[in-house]
Amino acid sequence: MPVDPKHVKVLDAAVVLREGSTESWVERAYLLRVAQGLGVTLRNFIKNLARPSRLPTIEYPEEKRDYGYRFRGRHYLKKRPSGEPRCVACMMCATACPADCIYIVAGEHPDPAIEKYPVRFDIDGLRCIMCGYCVDACPEDAIAMTKEYEWASYNREDFIWDKEYLLTWRDEKIVEDGYQPYEGEIDKHRMSRGTL
Amino acid sequence: MDWTGLAISILKALVVFFMVLNTVPVLVWAERRGSAFIQHRLGPNRVNIAGFTLFGLVQPLADVVKFMWKEDYVPAHADRTFYLLAPLLLLIPAATMFAVVPFADTLELGGRVITMQVANLNIGILFVFALASISVYGIALAGWSSNNKYSFLGAIRSGAQMISYELALGLSVLGILMIYASIELDGIVRAQGELLFGVLPKWGIVTQPLAFILFTVAIFAESNRLPFDLPEAESELVVGYHTEYSAMKFALFFMAEYMAMVTGAMLIVTLFFGGWQIPWVSSEALRAVVGPIPAVLLQLASFSAKLLFFLWLFIWVRWTLPRFRYDQLMDLGWKTVLPLAIANVFVTAIVLILIR
Repeated sequence: MPVDPKHVKVLDAAVVLREGSTESWVERAYLLRVAQGLGVTLRNFIKNLARPSRLPTIEYPEEKRDYGYRFRGRHYLKKRPSGEPRCVACMMCATACPADCIYIVAGEHPDPAIEKYPVRFDIDGLRCIMCGYCVDACPEDAIAMTKEYEWASYNREDFIWDKEYLLTWRDEKIVEDGYQPYEGEIDKHRMSRGTL
Repeated sequence: MDWTGLAISILKALVVFFMVLNTVPVLVWAERRGSAFIQHRLGPNRVNIAGFTLFGLVQPLADVVKFMWKEDYVPAHADRTFYLLAPLLLLIPAATMFAVVPFADTLELGGRVITMQVANLNIGILFVFALASISVYGIALAGWSSNNKYSFLGAIRSGAQMISYELALGLSVLGILMIYASIELDGIVRAQGELLFGVLPKWGIVTQPLAFILFTVAIFAESNRLPFDLPEAESELVVGYHTEYSAMKFALFFMAEYMAMVTGAMLIVTLFFGGWQIPWVSSEALRAVVGPIPAVLLQLASFSAKLLFFLWLFIWVRWTLPRFRYDQLMDLGWKTVLPLAIANVFVTAIVLILIR
């Protein structure tokens, strides 16, 4: 049976380590090392027992991790002053979406300056990969993301967010803005948001 | 018929049994919180009763409720009789072994001499070893009757491991039995109350330090805990011999493991750390100063303190050392621990002859 020469070398090294070990019998007796190991664990135990508040654990429901200003959480649709969606149903976001989770049905808007509006605008939260490409693709600054990530639900229907929900949920729940359309230099963007 | 004596015996048995049984949830708590702090985590701290978590001590109660309400499942391919018998075969020896361990000196109350020990058997330590060897059957049967390859592998490993280390366990104690010239645990503890050269307490750790190390290693192997937990090696065998067990039957295995740990720690304390002896304070002196009942309580406290340290050692070692490989385990057992134990017996015998 052919043997990989590389493998043989490794085995030889292991044998050499075992047979020709230079460790003294005290080290080979293993007990010294055991005692050292016990010392390490005891030191850590006492340190953490004395100051449990210093442990890196974040106790989730009460305490939340502070995510960055570009965190990509659940989307929302922005509104015009009139309360209508800013979206003009151009399908840019649906085209850019790699997960194919945005479904838009376009309708004719009475105002000729606007031309189109979304009759339906659904995002399937279970398909969405939270990449933020829809926000980048939007020419109208109509879709953006928040820091909201607590979406648990008992049924799949709750994860399909329709136009009404995307327009209104952010007003009903206090949530910080997350990933937003790029408006020039990053610093200017952050300054305008008060995060710098 | 001595009805009072019988009542006292039953009472002692119940008290000791429930004490040890209640050590199990506390140990589980100590294990989980202790390991958490060692690993820079917090451990269980959410379960509460009316807002009181008691540092996570309520968690074991929730676990018990869970064990009781889970589906008690018997796999269709299992050998039903042996499958149901196995947890009992493991639990009953574990729950009987500490019957011979003395917790304090005898108490003289109203002309009656009460031994602080469930049963002062004249075979003493042999009783413990005999029962310890029965628990192998529990594990082997659990693995065999589950009809599952992982359970079976775990059972085979456990059988080989326990047989290998049982020899070392017995031989390492021989030196102690020779020095204290007694096989009853009560006699051994009493003999350890003397002073060596007038200064050192004549504890087993002083007279037989090597035997202490060998015995501790063997006890760790016998109780199937890390670094010798090959029978349940999670990363290789799911959980080994009790993979197919659920609900209360799994809890029985769990309890048996922890009770075996308690018994092991009790044996270490009794054989090598003077049992209930308080160093440099004899029972007579203690009784004369504080009275008979406080003296017994103080000795009980001394025993408990030593016991708690060794229970913590079990936990501490588990979260420090990685698991041995199977060949390393056998190497250590047969080529190191066993020859050293035999050598220790010879040296002890020679020294004893020379002294006499």
